[in-house]
Amino acid sequence: MAAKKKTDGKQLPGDATLRRELLQSMLLQRRFEEKVGEAYALGKIGGFCHLYIGQEAVSTGVLSMLRPDDYVITTYRDHGQALARGMSPRSIMAELFGRVDGCSRGKGGSMHLFDRSLNFLGGHGIVGGHVPIAAGVGFAIKYRGGDQVIACFMGESVVNTGAFHEALNMAALWKLPCLFIIENNRYGMGTSVERAAAIKDLSRRADAYDGMHGEYVDGQDVFAVRESMERSLETARRESKPVLLEIRTYRYMGHSMSDAVSGTYRTKAELDEYLKRDPINLLKARMLEAGDFTEADYAVIDQEIKTVCQDAWDFADASPEPALEALYEDILVDTTS
Amino acid sequence: MPIITYREALNQALREEMARDDRVFLMGEEVAAYNGAYKVSKGLLEEFGEMRVVDTPITELGFAGVGVGAAMVGLRPIIEFMTWNFALLAIDQIVNAAAKMLYMSGGQYPMPMVFRGPNGAALQLSAQHSQAFESWLAHIPGLKVVTPGTPYDAKGLLKAAIRDDNPVIVLEGEMLYNTKGEVPEGDYIVPIGKADLKREGDHCSIITSGKMVLVAMTAADQLAKEGIRVDVVDLRTVRPMDVEAITTSVRKTNRAVVLEEGWELAGIGAQVVDYIQRDCFDDLDAPVIRVHQADVPMPYAKAIEKAAKPDLAKTIAAVKKVMYIR
Ligand SMILES: Cc1ncc(C[n+]2csc(CCOP(=O)(O)OP(=O)(O)O)c2C)c(N)n1
Ligand SMILES: [Mg+2]
Repeated sequence: MAAKKKTDGKQLPGDATLRRELLQSMLLQRRFEEKVGEAYALGKIGGFCHLYIGQEAVSTGVLSMLRPDDYVITTYRDHGQALARGMSPRSIMAELFGRVDGCSRGKGGSMHLFDRSLNFLGGHGIVGGHVPIAAGVGFAIKYRGGDQVIACFMGESVVNTGAFHEALNMAALWKLPCLFIIENNRYGMGTSVERAAAIKDLSRRADAYDGMHGEYVDGQDVFAVRESMERSLETARRESKPVLLEIRTYRYMGHSMSDAVSGTYRTKAELDEYLKRDPINLLKARMLEAGDFTEADYAVIDQEIKTVCQDAWDFADASPEPALEALYEDILVDTTS
Repeated sequence: MPIITYREALNQALREEMARDDRVFLMGEEVAAYNGAYKVSKGLLEEFGEMRVVDTPITELGFAGVGVGAAMVGLRPIIEFMTWNFALLAIDQIVNAAAKMLYMSGGQYPMPMVFRGPNGAALQLSAQHSQAFESWLAHIPGLKVVTPGTPYDAKGLLKAAIRDDNPVIVLEGEMLYNTKGEVPEGDYIVPIGKADLKREGDHCSIITSGKMVLVAMTAADQLAKEGIRVDVVDLRTVRPMDVEAITTSVRKTNRAVVLEEGWELAGIGAQVVDYIQRDCFDDLDAPVIRVHQADVPMPYAKAIEKAAKPDLAKTIAAVKKVMYIR
């Protein structure tokens, strides 16, 4: 047994296969979004587009712990969670390109990725607005007597909205199986968390609701996220109680495509400091050290992922734009027949 | 046919639809233990239990969102607002979430849900509690908006709303809850999007809906005594609007008064007048006149409150004016 443990990754959690899957999931998000940046610069993608680069250990850490019948809901910064949930890179890229094969048929764009077959309940564009919706999904789970949970991702700015309080209060009051996941990337557009929230430790917002557990987690370490999720799922799934996680992370790009990476509200020095804890590099280094793979193996994985992303681009590029008739489709369910 | 109140008609609709489909639940402030702020949900808690008749904290944005989330995953929520004035706190969930979900998900997430409650003015409740929001809500693609004016329509439209796979807004009226009318026992629905010709006449059309239907009917009675015969077109649904019912009536009478509870600018009546000028321009014998609330917040003191509201006298005067009767 001891010998097996040694070859199978020094003290690293999970087995080599799982670790490789985690790495692949994170790397896919990174490479995919690098392509998105390129496509945006070429004018193939328009509108608001918010990259997730730097936060990949959060989506992968959380979503790798969920069951297929659980639910996921998130904000406009949704490419990472969509990929980590298993949505097809092709359908996401086609959506970003505004094409008919997009996951929302070209009606939603970057901020509104949906996939009903994966219980991916969308990216939502109103800060805080989706948090009560998550409570509603929790309510429905309880109503039907199931043991699913919903993972609700949100930026740290959300803790200052009324919707956040209203949702958490009901979730605690009614014991709903909701995981409220704050991705604290330190900024809401150009406003640092210190300038917006009259509380330092955001997970302590849970203290406002009797019986709600809150904790903070290192969001650059995918294993730490998974470990915290394991505990949280125990509470949400087994005890049907909400949990508040503050996952501390950092976004390496601007708020959206029109925002400079640094220089206005944050310094280059600060960014460089956080780049030292790039979640993908951290995982890769630990896997190299544990003997999960060699640099050459990693290069192969990386190349495979880049091929998948190029394929997504090619697919999106070839997909037609929605026909003009689509303009008037799906406003209402047709109830005339 | 039994004669019951508008309140009882709504209660029957809720009870029948909850018995028919166990995905339907009612949620809002004071709907359960208190039996409803206006007793519309009387007895439902006893019958269906606290998972299906749910008292909420005072948290309009929150529980409207809970309804949206529950609808996304297959339940059929009925969200009650104590009054529509308070629903302004929940407008994000109605406009940005419920009305948009199907479209922005490319058809993946229908919103089979109802938002309902009393709308418009009662008596001396002053500015914050006396507002008619038909035009706000009717403005939004992705919603349906119904405005029942009689007990019969209240039951039939609420049942249709609950069965509809789209978000339906039901605008009731505090001043209507005690009004009475014939309502069949058991199941029937009033189709959403169909107006009802509540009174036939050939001199002038009154086009209206909701609480103003009663005013229009009373006006029609009084005008009949003077030999003036009016068509009363009750729109019943303000989105989608039954344009054909409007134009058919105006083509017959060649004159129209459009009566609504809300304010003038960008009101429901403005849209009705637009349909009329577009389709009946050559049929008109006089400019259309609108009757609506004065362009002021609702005051408290009795006399000026009355002056602010559209009423019987203003409606009768408007009909006479379009008929050039002095
Ligand atoms: C209610 C509302 N107000 C303002 C905006 C504009 N806006 C979009 S994202 C954003 C910052 C949100 O920051 P945060 O919640 O930390 O999420 P992050 O972008 O960092 O992921 C703002 C102000 C909005 N979409 N919704
Ligand atoms: Mg942020």
